[in-house]
Amino acid sequence: MIQIGGTRIAMEEQPAQKRIKNFCSVPFGYTEEEVIAEAQRCIQCIHGPCEKMCPVHMDIKAMIREIVARNFKEAFLIAKKDNAIPAIAGRVCPQEEQCEGVCPFFNTDNGINIGKLEAFIADWAMENGVKEEFHIEERPEKVAIIGSGPAGISCAVDLRKYGYKVTMFEALHKAGGVLQYGIPAFRLPKDIVDYEISYLTEIGVEVKLNHIVGQNIMFDELRKKFDAIFVGTGAGAPQFLGIEGERLKGLYSANEFLFRTNLMKAYEFPEYDTPIVCGATIGVIGAGNVAMDVARGAIRLGTKDVYILYRRTKKESPARAEELQHALEEGLKFMELVNPTRVLGNEDGWVTGIELLRMKLGEPDKSGRPRPIKIEGSEFTMKLDTVVEALGSKPNRLFLDQTPELETTRWGTLEIDKDLMTGVEGVYAGGDAIRGNATVILALGDGRKAAQSIHNYLLRRRK
Amino acid sequence: MRHKIIDKKDLCPGNYLIEIEAPNIAQRFEPGQFVIVRINEKGERIPLTVADFDTQKGTITLIFQVVGKSTMQLGTLNVGDAVLDCVGPLGKPSEIKKFGRVICVGGGTGIACIYPLIRALADAGNEVISIIGARTASLLILEDEITVLTSRTFVATDDGSKGHHGFVTDVLTNLLDDYRNSGGVERVIAIGPPVMMRAVADVTRSLHIKTIVSLNSIMLDGTGMCGSCRVFIDGEMKLACIDGPEFDAHKVNFEDLISRLEMFKEKESEAMNHYSSKAGVRK
Repeated sequence: MIQIGGTRIAMEEQPAQKRIKNFCSVPFGYTEEEVIAEAQRCIQCIHGPCEKMCPVHMDIKAMIREIVARNFKEAFLIAKKDNAIPAIAGRVCPQEEQCEGVCPFFNTDNGINIGKLEAFIADWAMENGVKEEFHIEERPEKVAIIGSGPAGISCAVDLRKYGYKVTMFEALHKAGGVLQYGIPAFRLPKDIVDYEISYLTEIGVEVKLNHIVGQNIMFDELRKKFDAIFVGTGAGAPQFLGIEGERLKGLYSANEFLFRTNLMKAYEFPEYDTPIVCGATIGVIGAGNVAMDVARGAIRLGTKDVYILYRRTKKESPARAEELQHALEEGLKFMELVNPTRVLGNEDGWVTGIELLRMKLGEPDKSGRPRPIKIEGSEFTMKLDTVVEALGSKPNRLFLDQTPELETTRWGTLEIDKDLMTGVEGVYAGGDAIRGNATVILALGDGRKAAQSIHNYLLRRRK
Repeated sequence: MRHKIIDKKDLCPGNYLIEIEAPNIAQRFEPGQFVIVRINEKGERIPLTVADFDTQKGTITLIFQVVGKSTMQLGTLNVGDAVLDCVGPLGKPSEIKKFGRVICVGGGTGIACIYPLIRALADAGNEVISIIGARTASLLILEDEITVLTSRTFVATDDGSKGHHGFVTDVLTNLLDDYRNSGGVERVIAIGPPVMMRAVADVTRSLHIKTIVSLNSIMLDGTGMCGSCRVFIDGEMKLACIDGPEFDAHKVNFEDLISRLEMFKEKESEAMNHYSSKAGVRK
C-alpha cells in the first residue's frame, strides 16, 4: 500500500546502553521493505526543494522514485552521478539544514529520511558489487591531488573519468583524511571509507601515502611534474584557547583525541599500540560535531561523566541534530552558558579541573546566533580529569608556509576565484582548505567543481 | 610501502641499529630531522632518530633504545623483515654553517641523533668538539665514528667506567672555562635526555652562548595536526614536530617538557605487559 506523507519510518538503532560499549554504527540502516515504505512517503514536490538545497544538487526525487520501484541499482547510479561518496554523505551530511530541512513534512518531524535512503542504496551497491560503469578515454595530462579527504576524493574520481592521470598525495599512513582520522566509526564505519578509497585505486588513481607536500615532497616539484594541481588539504591544525593550563597532562586538542581513538584505534588498546588517557570526568570545550564526536568517544572509552562546556545554549549548538540527540541519549551532560578561563592542575602537572565564567545571551551577532556575554565575577570551578578543546581547526601551516605563492585569507584559508583557481595558474583548491570548518558535502561539491575547472583549463591549454 | 631491513646491529644492551630501505627519505634527509615509523597495522607511530643515510643505496639508518613496547618489538625484527610505514624526513633541518668552534653534547641515544649533525658541522668547516655521555661505558655508542670527525672528543659516564666520572655538563663547564681565553665557543648543541639538555642550558645561559637542543616530546602524526608535541618556548606554544625539533635551549620550558613526557607512562607499562604475555604464549 502506498502511504504518501504519514509518519517517518523509524530507524532501528543500537540502544544507548549497548552502544556506549562499542564503536559500531548507531543506526542499523533500513531494511529493503522499510526503505521502500519510507520512499513511498515522498510526494515528489514539483519544484524539488530538497534538490535545490542539496549542495551538489542530487536528483533526489528521481532517486526516490527508483527506490519505490525497487530499482536500487538505478537509484544508486542517480545518487552517484552527483555525489562521489553517497554512503558517506548519507551518514554525515547535516540533512536537517539541507534536503530534509525543506521537505514539506519536516515541520512535523516527518521529513523524508533522505540521508538514510541515500546510505541504504549505497550500502546495497557495495554489498552487491554494483558500480558505476564508465569508459575512460585516456588523456596524457597529469593532475596531482593534495589530500585524500572528501574534496580530493571527489575531484580525483571526476578527473579520472575525464581521462587524466591522477596521483593523490596523503600525509598519513591511511587515505581518507577527516573521514579516516576525524569522524568516529560509530558515525561512519571505516569499512565504508576503505571501500571508497579502494574504488579510487580500482579506477586508476595512484594513491601515495606518507607523502607530506611541503615537507617530504615539495610543491614546486609537483608544479613541474604535473599539468594541474588540486589542493584539498583540509583544515587539520588544532586551535587552542590560549588560556592558562594548556601545558597540563590530560588536556588534548580534539584532533589528538580523535586521531588516537579513530585512526589509531586507541579503543582497542593494548591490542592496538596507541594509548589514550581518559579520566573519570571529562570536559569537552565546544558544542559542534567534533565536540560531540569527542564526547561520545569518551563515553565509549568508559568515562563516567562527560560534559560539554558551551558558551551558548543547546539551541545554538552547531552540531547535527542527530548527533546531539544521540549524545544526550548516551548520557552526555550539556553545560550551557559557560566559558573556560583557565585549566587547573596539580603539582604533578595533571589536569584537576577547570575555571568557568558564566555567560548570558545577548543580541544576535553576524552568524545570526545570540552573542554570548560574560557575566563578570561569575567564575566558578569544576573538577575534571581530562579536558578536550574542540574549538574548530584551521588549515595546516606546514603546507601553507612552504607555498608563499598561494595567497591566504586572514583565517588561513586559500584565496580562490569563482572557478576555484588559486592565484597560481593551474592550481585549484576546495573543501576546508578554502572554507575553514565546513561539511563533507560542500567539500564534495568543490572537488567536482574544481575537476570541471581543471578539465576546462587543460582543454584551453591544449589549443 | 614496506621498508625492508637490510642491516641490523646490537649496538649495546638495549640499543639497536637498523638500516632500512627508504630511498625517498635518504634523498631528502638533512641533519636535525627525524622519521616516524609504524611497525605494522596495529602499531603506533613512533618518532625515531636518523643516525645516517645513504643516497646511493637508498637507505637510512635508525638507532633506537628499547624504552617501551614498540621499540622492544622493533628490536625483535631482523634483516629481511620490514616495517609497514616510515614517513619523513620530518621537522626542520638544523642550521648548518660555519660558526667557528662548536661543542656538541650527546647523551645516551641522543648521541645517534647528534652524529649526522657533527658530520655536517665538520664538513662546513667548524672546529667541532664533542662530549658524549652514558650511564656506563657499555652503553656508549658511536664513539669511534665521532672521534674521527671531531678535533677533541670527551667521554663522561655516570659510573666512571669510562672517561670522566660524572656528567657531560662537568666536562662542558671545564671546557668552556678553558676556551674562555682562547676564542671562546660559538655554539653548543645538546641532544639527549631532557634533564641533560636542561643542565646544558643552565651551564651556557649565564655565559650567553647560543645553545640548541632537540626536543623529543610525544608525537602522533608529526605534521602539526594533533598538538600532542606542544612545547613552550619563551612562553609561546610551539609544535616540536613542525616548528622544531630544535629550539633555543635558553627559551625552552624543560619542566613542562619533562612533565608531558610522563603522560602515557602507565599505559606504556600496560602495553609492555600485554606484549610480554603474548610473546610468552607464542613461545
